[in-house]
Amino acid sequence: MRQSPPSTAPWPAVRRHPTRLSSDLLIEIDHVTFGYDLSRMILNDVSMAFRRGKVTAILGGSGCGKTTLLRLIGGVHPANQGRVVFDGELVDTRDKQQLYRLRRRLGMLFQFGALFTDLTVFENVAFPLREHSDLPEAMIRDIVLMKLNAVGLRGAAPLRISEVSGGMARRIALARAISLDPELIMYDEPFAGLDPISMGVTANLIRKLNDTTGATSLMVSHDVQECFAICDYAYLMAAGGRVVAHGKPDELNRSEIPEVRQFIRGEPDGPVRFHYPAPPLAEDLGVSA
Amino acid sequence: MTGTIEGLGRFALRWLCALGHAAFFFADLLRFAPAALRRFGLVVTQVHAIGNRSLVIILASGLAVGFVLALQMYYALVTYGAAESLGLVVNLSLVRELGPVVTALLFAGRAGTSLTAEIGLMKAGEQLAAMELMAVDPRSRVLAPRFLAGIFSMPLLAVLFSAIGIIGAYVVAVLLIGIDAGNFWSIMQDRVDVWRDVGNGIVKSAVFGVICTFVALYQGYETQATPEGVAYATTRTVVIASLAVLGTDFVLTALMFSTA
Amino acid sequence: MNKKSIETLVGLFVLLGILGIVFLALKAANLGSFNTSGDSYTLNARFDNIGGLKVRAPVRSAGVVVGRVTSISLDPKTFQGVVSLQVDGRYHFPRDSAAKILTAGLLGDQYVGIEPGGDDKNFAPGDTVAQTQSAVVLENLIGQFLTGKAAEAADAPASGASK
Repeated sequence: MRQSPPSTAPWPAVRRHPTRLSSDLLIEIDHVTFGYDLSRMILNDVSMAFRRGKVTAILGGSGCGKTTLLRLIGGVHPANQGRVVFDGELVDTRDKQQLYRLRRRLGMLFQFGALFTDLTVFENVAFPLREHSDLPEAMIRDIVLMKLNAVGLRGAAPLRISEVSGGMARRIALARAISLDPELIMYDEPFAGLDPISMGVTANLIRKLNDTTGATSLMVSHDVQECFAICDYAYLMAAGGRVVAHGKPDELNRSEIPEVRQFIRGEPDGPVRFHYPAPPLAEDLGVSA
Repeated sequence: MTGTIEGLGRFALRWLCALGHAAFFFADLLRFAPAALRRFGLVVTQVHAIGNRSLVIILASGLAVGFVLALQMYYALVTYGAAESLGLVVNLSLVRELGPVVTALLFAGRAGTSLTAEIGLMKAGEQLAAMELMAVDPRSRVLAPRFLAGIFSMPLLAVLFSAIGIIGAYVVAVLLIGIDAGNFWSIMQDRVDVWRDVGNGIVKSAVFGVICTFVALYQGYETQATPEGVAYATTRTVVIASLAVLGTDFVLTALMFSTA
Repeated sequence: MNKKSIETLVGLFVLLGILGIVFLALKAANLGSFNTSGDSYTLNARFDNIGGLKVRAPVRSAGVVVGRVTSISLDPKTFQGVVSLQVDGRYHFPRDSAAKILTAGLLGDQYVGIEPGGDDKNFAPGDTVAQTQSAVVLENLIGQFLTGKAAEAADAPASGASK
């Protein structure tokens, strides 16, 4: 494994693996099974691959393990079985140094922003820069304002977090996630609970960011329309942590698989049952059949 | 019958497991304390939040306790003709026991619950997870500075409690009751030893500071990320910290003040 | 709240705490009453019984505090108590002064009282006080009283005098 010469710039040093540049897969999830406790597995034999520079969506109903997948990629939990590979490197949760290196190359946008409530908007976006680089204050200020400008919130820099709305909070969190220009940006339910305008703004931002910075974007969502509008590839997961189908958006639209059709069309009943398991209605009401 | 024994056994095992978990947490706090010292600005911000914001209640309580102690002790002492020793009695009570203990109990209630709620809500809002994914260890950036700030603030608060209590007692004893001011101070100065009484009191309050802050941080960190979870955690902070302080006070008093 | 104001307030808090400690130490305790780093010298005294004397007990002469007891130990050869006194350098006592262990009040703490003698020369630093009077031990006192009473009772029939 060749290493690039140590960087003398105050920017965080990033190791590149020239021999692996030919692989266009940034992340590989290889037959991963995972559960917080052994009695219930959240992910069951999941295999996925995410191409560099593309926007990939992970769709599915609630409780099918989509967010857990993001945590595994970030190295928060170790997989019970299978491997998670980040840019050719096997993610080992016990290796703190490796985790530290990997996490500086990714940015994550949490569902409700997860902004630091005791800091201002400016301080929030400046946080990764202050923690991981030795840049002078003037430069940090310029970078923070540029990032806020990219999400359209440069004027909100002095505000406190309690003063911003939900949609704004998510955009600020996005600005924070891209502070260090990461190679991988992960979005956890970026469209949940947003009004149509904000949804359009967010979708636009995700696509534009991906294209202008050359980063790889990973979206976890259950909003089919918005995702299909901007993603290059999508995976559909079902309850029990299985991958049901994957492909380009128009391929999935034409798919005949029942789970895919029910999810994409939003049909109330299908492979995912409407009724929670219960004895027959007549029995419950005490009426003879 | 076996069901109860099984239940008891499981309860005991869970309790032991929690104790071990808490011990590891404490070790982590100690491990990250030096790093937090290097980022002194964070500690200073926390001393403001924990110490400064507790000043009002500590000073008010100290004054009140000083007033009341002077009044009550006067009635006890005057029957033995020892009313002049009022200053001494109040001083020793405050500096040795009431200062450290009452300050610790108030601290657990005021600063302890606010720490627990803050950490619990940060955890609920995924702020700690976000920090971890940004390759910043939340224990070093969030927990350790608060730990150091608590240990630092407690002795100062206890000293202020005792000092203002003595001043309050002076007001009652000399200005209200009419005890001789000179005697009030001189008998006190003659019999109170700086190292044994004041010094031990400061050591006690430092130990209580460690206990209260540690319990508060641990409960916050381990709380369930729901409103009920946070409410439950803050209750537990006050209860566990208070009981621990009282128990430790007994042990420390026996150690420090047993040989008369 | 910006950084400067937070730091100022915390500084005030710390200052207040330090003032509190100083107040407690000086006004409310015995740190200010005897300055051990000042000019002082040591005297030794041997007692058969030191009673309840403690380290840091005052040394008084004519009721005025002139020093402190710094250490108490037992002489393994003579089995006497050896008490070291640190005396303020301003006061010098004649070499035939006596050191007595007295009690402050009826049941108070014990202290060392120095009764000055009439010698021309004063104690040199490190001298041992020759004349000492041990503490009064209550049991011995009662024992003396009882034997005294018994002796009187024995004498009474003979001499007819009673106290």
